[in-house]
Amino acid sequence: MFIQQLINGLILGSTYALIALGYTMVYGIIELINFAHGEIYMFGAFVGLILVTVFKVPFILAFLLAMAAGALLGITVEYLAYRPLRQSSRLAALISAIGASIFLSNLALLIMGAQPYTFPSPFDATVYRTSLFVISKVEIIVLASSILLMIALTLFVQRTKVGKAMRATAQDKDTASLMGININRIITITFAIGSALGAAAGVMVGVYFRTVTPTMGLMPGLKGFVAAVIGGIGNIPGAMFGGIALGIAEVMGAAYISSQYRDAVAFALLIIVLLLKPSGLLGRTAQEKV
Amino acid sequence: MLKVENVSAGYGGIKVLDRISFSVSEGKIVTLIGSNGVGKTTTLRTISGLLRPTEGRILFCNEDISKAAPHKIVEQGISHVPEGRNVFPRLTVKENLEMGAYIRKDAAGIRKDYQMVMETFPQLAQRQRQTAGTLSGGEQQMLAMGRALMSRPRLLLLDEPSMGLAPLVVLGIFEIIKEVNRQGTTILLVEQNAQVALRTAHRGYVMETGRIILEDSADALLQNDQVRKAYLGE
Ligand SMILES: Nc1ncnc2c1ncn2[C@@H]1O[C@H](COP(=O)(O)OP(=O)(O)O)[C@@H](O)[C@H]1O
Ligand SMILES: [Mg+2]
Repeated sequence: MFIQQLINGLILGSTYALIALGYTMVYGIIELINFAHGEIYMFGAFVGLILVTVFKVPFILAFLLAMAAGALLGITVEYLAYRPLRQSSRLAALISAIGASIFLSNLALLIMGAQPYTFPSPFDATVYRTSLFVISKVEIIVLASSILLMIALTLFVQRTKVGKAMRATAQDKDTASLMGININRIITITFAIGSALGAAAGVMVGVYFRTVTPTMGLMPGLKGFVAAVIGGIGNIPGAMFGGIALGIAEVMGAAYISSQYRDAVAFALLIIVLLLKPSGLLGRTAQEKV
Repeated sequence: MLKVENVSAGYGGIKVLDRISFSVSEGKIVTLIGSNGVGKTTTLRTISGLLRPTEGRILFCNEDISKAAPHKIVEQGISHVPEGRNVFPRLTVKENLEMGAYIRKDAAGIRKDYQMVMETFPQLAQRQRQTAGTLSGGEQQMLAMGRALMSRPRLLLLDEPSMGLAPLVVLGIFEIIKEVNRQGTTILLVEQNAQVALRTAHRGYVMETGRIILEDSADALLQNDQVRKAYLGE
């Protein structure tokens, strides 16, 4: 029972982690909460759904194309809603972010209608049983692809030249530009990667829960943000850790306390972490930043 | 090589530089001295594109760079070691140096220059995997200079390399500045420490609140009464 809940929490948490990465990467570079991130997740789910149902695209290809479409939408939102406000106050950018979020979810409502769509499962219903837990094929695929994406991101950020430039830019923009780094290009790449991961999470949750709706980004968007803050906003391993911790806490809370308190657990965890360590579990404290 | 012509610049509406002009010829070390707050850092930030001049123009190798973005100016061959060094604290020493070579694609040349930096600054060689934030002030200055050299600049801008360092460390840093110049890099050196700057440079400019008030060969400035009184404490 406990192991089973742990696995369930891990699966849910890995999707939170993917969403949280988008928030944290963007915050790390431009210190903005990209409130439209939940809508990019929803957009990814719809692109995947439409490609699979209308265009009969094989699932893997639809998944990759949804990520690419998410990246494109992320870049567009940055370009139209945030870049013109780069020199303005933080509040102006924040309001613009909320505006972008409301605009995108209403646009989706307008185009797709309010009804839920069923995501046809691309996988057979095989279930694997061990003495400790049961796991379905789709669960294995969700978990494996999330972990794979997180490993790929870590290698990219740690090992590649552009990844290092992203970290340099997050630490000191002016000095990074003195290295010949094109800051605008790095910001675009950051939005592209973060949004692609969000869209990937959208597709995975779509096939996992089999439903896609225009408002589906709301709660997971919020949870992803909470996960990023729990892990320490701006910190990439923190977002992964925060997402998984949140998923496990939520599933455990639902199993051992009450399933009605599922969402409350997330926010309770947030409050506890912020009380104990305001900079998040893996976040740097303000003094260390110098 | 570098010509600053009647340049004004500032922050927001506040004018800091008031139509300053000076030039740096190829192969030389030129120093800009002046007390705290007169606009030396602002001058360097304007040259490297972090600030836009509000009037006047900046020519580098006869090309107008006054409207270019910082990353474009690096590509032209200007490398800027900012005041307070500004290493990337959470990148390793090695990664900081790699960022210095960001604009380059010649892997073999980069490796060679990396070795050159390791030989020039042996203290860094033992700390390649350490994050830069854990280095001492002197080591951070060396790292910032090494990082700037990794782009193979034609012109190196140095902003107060002596700041906050022990006299012995300063001496070592300035020996290296001379050596880098002997190897063919032109240097524009900003300093409050007029003594050591004028002993290192070929030419000097003296700055007072946003204006250049004196220019001469470094040796002549060392003998100049006004300079001796105001900046050499005599
Ligand atoms: N970021 C900034 N915003 C507003 N004013 C600034 C800023 N940086 C410097 N100044 C002002 O510009 C003037 C020149 O500063 P600076 O160029 O740093 O002088 P220096 O390097 O010669 O000590 C000072 O009066 C300083 O207060
Ligand atoms: Mg200064």
